[in-house]
Amino acid sequence: MPEMNIVQAVNSALLEEMQRDDRVILLGEDIGKNGGVFRCTEGLFEEFGPDRVIDTPLAESGIIGASIGMAFYGLRPVPEIQFLDFIYPAFDQIVSEAAKFRYRSGGEYPCQITIRSPYGGGIKGGHYHSQSTETYFAHTPGLKVVIPSAPYDTKGLLLSSIRDPDPVLFLEPKRIYRAGREEVPEGEFTIPLGEAKVVREGADVSIFAYGAMISQCTGAAEQAEEVGISCEVVDLRTLVPLDIDAVLDSVRKTGRVVIVYEATKFLGYGAEIAAILAEKAIESLEAPILRVAGLDTPFPYTHENLYLPDAGRILDAVEKVYSF
Amino acid sequence: MTKLLRVVSPDGKYKEKDEPPLSEEELLKMYRYMMLTRALDTRGMALQRQGRIGFYVPSSGEEAVQIGSSFPLEPRDWIVPAYREQGAALLRGIPMAGIMAQLYGNEEDTAKGRQMPNHFTSRAAHFVPTSSPVGTQIPIAVGLGWAARIRGDNVVALGYFGDGATSQGDFHAAMNFAGLFQANTVFVCKNNQWAISVPFGNQTGTNEVAIKAQAYGFEGVRVDGNDVLAVYQASKEAIDKARFGGGPTLIEAVTYRMGPHTSSDDPTRYRDEAEVEKWRKKDPIVRFQRYLKEKGIWNEEMEVEIRQEAEAQVEEAVVRAEKRGLPSPATLFDDVYAEMPWHIKEAKEAFLEYLEKS
Repeated sequence: MPEMNIVQAVNSALLEEMQRDDRVILLGEDIGKNGGVFRCTEGLFEEFGPDRVIDTPLAESGIIGASIGMAFYGLRPVPEIQFLDFIYPAFDQIVSEAAKFRYRSGGEYPCQITIRSPYGGGIKGGHYHSQSTETYFAHTPGLKVVIPSAPYDTKGLLLSSIRDPDPVLFLEPKRIYRAGREEVPEGEFTIPLGEAKVVREGADVSIFAYGAMISQCTGAAEQAEEVGISCEVVDLRTLVPLDIDAVLDSVRKTGRVVIVYEATKFLGYGAEIAAILAEKAIESLEAPILRVAGLDTPFPYTHENLYLPDAGRILDAVEKVYSF
Repeated sequence: MTKLLRVVSPDGKYKEKDEPPLSEEELLKMYRYMMLTRALDTRGMALQRQGRIGFYVPSSGEEAVQIGSSFPLEPRDWIVPAYREQGAALLRGIPMAGIMAQLYGNEEDTAKGRQMPNHFTSRAAHFVPTSSPVGTQIPIAVGLGWAARIRGDNVVALGYFGDGATSQGDFHAAMNFAGLFQANTVFVCKNNQWAISVPFGNQTGTNEVAIKAQAYGFEGVRVDGNDVLAVYQASKEAIDKARFGGGPTLIEAVTYRMGPHTSSDDPTRYRDEAEVEKWRKKDPIVRFQRYLKEKGIWNEEMEVEIRQEAEAQVEEAVVRAEKRGLPSPATLFDDVYAEMPWHIKEAKEAFLEYLEKS
């Protein structure tokens, strides 16, 4: 089995799905000859030509709007938005159009598109190449939001997303695009959307996270182990729909919860998890739920490492809920 | 100024050499659908005033644009509408009962009462579900026409929008993509002179819309939007061109919104009655009637029959719609996703339980 990083896993999923299904078509800025600014589509233009790997003009609303029309025609567009920070010209197309077509047509117009976009900080990108604004989209009924944290999951989840009959926002943690390699199968291989994964089992504290935060969480869990606290790290993988069973199972076991996300803390995705736990698992809780998240400020340049949650801040929260 | 194409003058006069090759039957079909659209509008506004439906968007004055532009389409083609396209919806084959069910938002509405009136949708008619944001439909029309081009199909997408929409970024993005990728898309701008209260002169620095196509590398044509034959002619040429690989066309149909923006709008606040009166004299239905009379295929008797038939169709649909109940509350939760996720299932169960109790 070949070893791949996340970029290679994305590329492998796209390549194989385009070979399998000639309706799959890629659109985006610089994705053709250049292979994408992060090289996720490298070699695909040469393989499939300009009608299936389309370098578009620099207009996100045009990319997504056209993708919606293509989906109605029967194609399976996989548009790339170069950075999540640049998706807003297409926000109307995503939340007012793509998300609502199935509903507003009584089920007659499903909108099968998968929007890929790198998200998150840690690459010295300042305000506009670093943000983690998945909650805007997770808040919109009709959209699915998927965020992998490792190469194996990236490929399996991307293939499921492209085949999913609903519009999917597939966010790639660019900070760890090339951070590590693991074995990723070639050929048919999917991971169902809506299934979380326990990446580290533990008994004392549950840590819920996704994307680039997973490695910070496992780092914190290792440090916690040294001081005698056993942490369970659950990678949510799909934000919508959430794997509620995985979350509840873990909390019933540990009774203590830390939620980690690099987005702005206030009203971030962790707020929803905390609210759900308050509704469904209050009897299991033995400590307040803590969130470790990005600061409630715009994303900074020089101090991005202070803005982003790291193992130290996560460990601090773990110790607080453990000793409560 | 781009030349304004016209076949029939306001008094119904025409030159034989300008006439499109349409049979008597086709001409009368156009006339019937224009009359039907007007009858629907008259009744729709009345139903709203009587409190029987919540809202209405009249298209009176714009019948020639809708019927003339959608008439050359084939069933495999697509319409991507704005929210003032009831005439095109009817001509495409959405039945009057379906139109009325949508206006009432009742259990017979295929979209289950989820949208405001005039937001029609039909898969069978290739009539893409209408939304309210202005201009978002234009890139979608490009995507449909572009997909057809990529697949090598002789299929066309026709996108409607108003003069106000030309100010949106989505208009620019759509035109730019269409020109670059030579999408099988025809853009029909219904320049009805008003975007709610803002006149066309306050919408853009150009004194016409058609010229904007030049910036995107394709043809823009200007047509008298109250002359159904001129609209038909221009649309037929543009649709054929798109169908056979000639790329997009922007058609500016110069017309007039004779009524309010919607049933919630009071146009006396911002426009002179004299202007409305001037355009009322250019009523597209009256002009077409004069033409048909000139050609000797119209008489009073036929007029009465067509009008009564249109009104009867509308009346029958109203009677039917009023007998239907509302969609069941349980349907609120359907069609958000292909498969209902747990959080919607749970919300549905709790909600229905609450309704049961109360």
